[in-house]
Amino acid sequence: MAGIDHAPPPFFKQGPAPLALLTFYLAVSLAIFVVDLRFQSLELLRQSIALVVDPVQRVAQTPGSLVDYAASYLQGMRALQQENNELKHTQLTTAPNLQRLAQLEVENERLRKLLSVKEREKANGQVTQILYTARDPFSRKIIVDKGQQAGIAAGQPAIDETGVVGQVTRVFAFSSEITLITDKDQVVPVQIVRSGQRSVVFGLGNGQLELRYMPANADIQVDDVLVTSGLDGIYLPGFPVARVVNIERDNAYSFARIFCVPIAGVENFGEVMVLDARQPLPPAPPASAGRPGSSDQPGLRGRNKKAPTRGN
Amino acid sequence: MQPTFSSSRILQPVRPWFIVFSLIGAALLNFLPTAHWPGVPDWVALVLCFWCIREFRRVGMGWAFVLGLLMDVADGAVLGQHCFAYVLLAYTASSLSRRILWFPLVQQALQVLPLLVATQVLQALMRLAVGADFPGWGYFLGPVVATLLWIPLTFILLLPQYRPVEQDPNRPI
Repeated sequence: MAGIDHAPPPFFKQGPAPLALLTFYLAVSLAIFVVDLRFQSLELLRQSIALVVDPVQRVAQTPGSLVDYAASYLQGMRALQQENNELKHTQLTTAPNLQRLAQLEVENERLRKLLSVKEREKANGQVTQILYTARDPFSRKIIVDKGQQAGIAAGQPAIDETGVVGQVTRVFAFSSEITLITDKDQVVPVQIVRSGQRSVVFGLGNGQLELRYMPANADIQVDDVLVTSGLDGIYLPGFPVARVVNIERDNAYSFARIFCVPIAGVENFGEVMVLDARQPLPPAPPASAGRPGSSDQPGLRGRNKKAPTRGN
Repeated sequence: MQPTFSSSRILQPVRPWFIVFSLIGAALLNFLPTAHWPGVPDWVALVLCFWCIREFRRVGMGWAFVLGLLMDVADGAVLGQHCFAYVLLAYTASSLSRRILWFPLVQQALQVLPLLVATQVLQALMRLAVGADFPGWGYFLGPVVATLLWIPLTFILLLPQYRPVEQDPNRPI
């Protein structure tokens, strides 16, 4: 090297050899990679680093949000008036249903009591602002502005005004990460509204969803709407998830390939509502109890049986 | 130290705080909401590569590991993904530094291109191997843009080290 460096050349104190250091760091990196991926036991490390990184990241987002703010500010009166009119219109069109909703809910509750079926859970939650999309190009995640401090826990579902958006997967002190339903292999248990058939929808990673393991002759049509079935104990039943856009039936395979698009504005910025965690489902009936009749509704059966003893 | 070994211009020694400052700046650039545009370079990898080539005694694999961990958390990626790629980048860059610095800037950039591409491809391979989604070809455009930025970046990052050109012909060195 050039002799102009101020530090004298360290003849004797070289530290470990570069190759040894390289091996050490690579081994540690790989170990972290595997442990984080397979065992998810490094959340504490991640949370403590996020405590430092998160504020800096928010600061870096401010120019973008300022531009957004300025754009919406300059959008002007006309656009706002138009939006206001549209909102009033939608409010009026949904008013008849909404006004009767309260009465219907009471009625439903009474009828359910009469039938001694467990009451329907009410959906409560908290509105959160989407801060930014996670940078990781290999997955589809968003970061929202509420975290452990607001009582959010991993596993809670998130919805927007039209349907299911995703599920909280990581929680930091002041923010949390929501994995979108379009993320690769993100799973949502669903039910087809028209036929009542239950299935599971998988994210494809390219903005679409796929309904897998449906027989080729299954009763499903383009434009069918899928709603959450609620069988998983995570999502409450009845939230719209996706709409079928394309069905490929190939006799060579026993399953049809059914593609859907999400109903919610999954890839849009804005606000989402993080729903509170569901009450835990009653434990499944023991396997030795046998399965009389159709095994279609093990959850409901278990619930009926357990309900009187648990004092519900 | 000179801008390149074949240059007759001599630079002042680097100030350690400027290295830290530039790396933090690179991280901030990475955090900007531009990350989803195709062709936006990984600034941290670029600046890290620069310092590993210029100052391999000060910036090495330890820095690469820590920065990788930061980027993993900031990205929401799997921990260890950036660490692995950055550590390898730092090692290769510092072992090639004696050779790369002999070249003029354009050829330096050509030597740096495979390093940055390898960093990106390595991360993609790690994630695809464990079943992630293919990010699209725009992801691999970043290193190419970073290579084009090598010459302006070298100029900017060496700016604090330039000393005024002395016209004295009887200068001792």
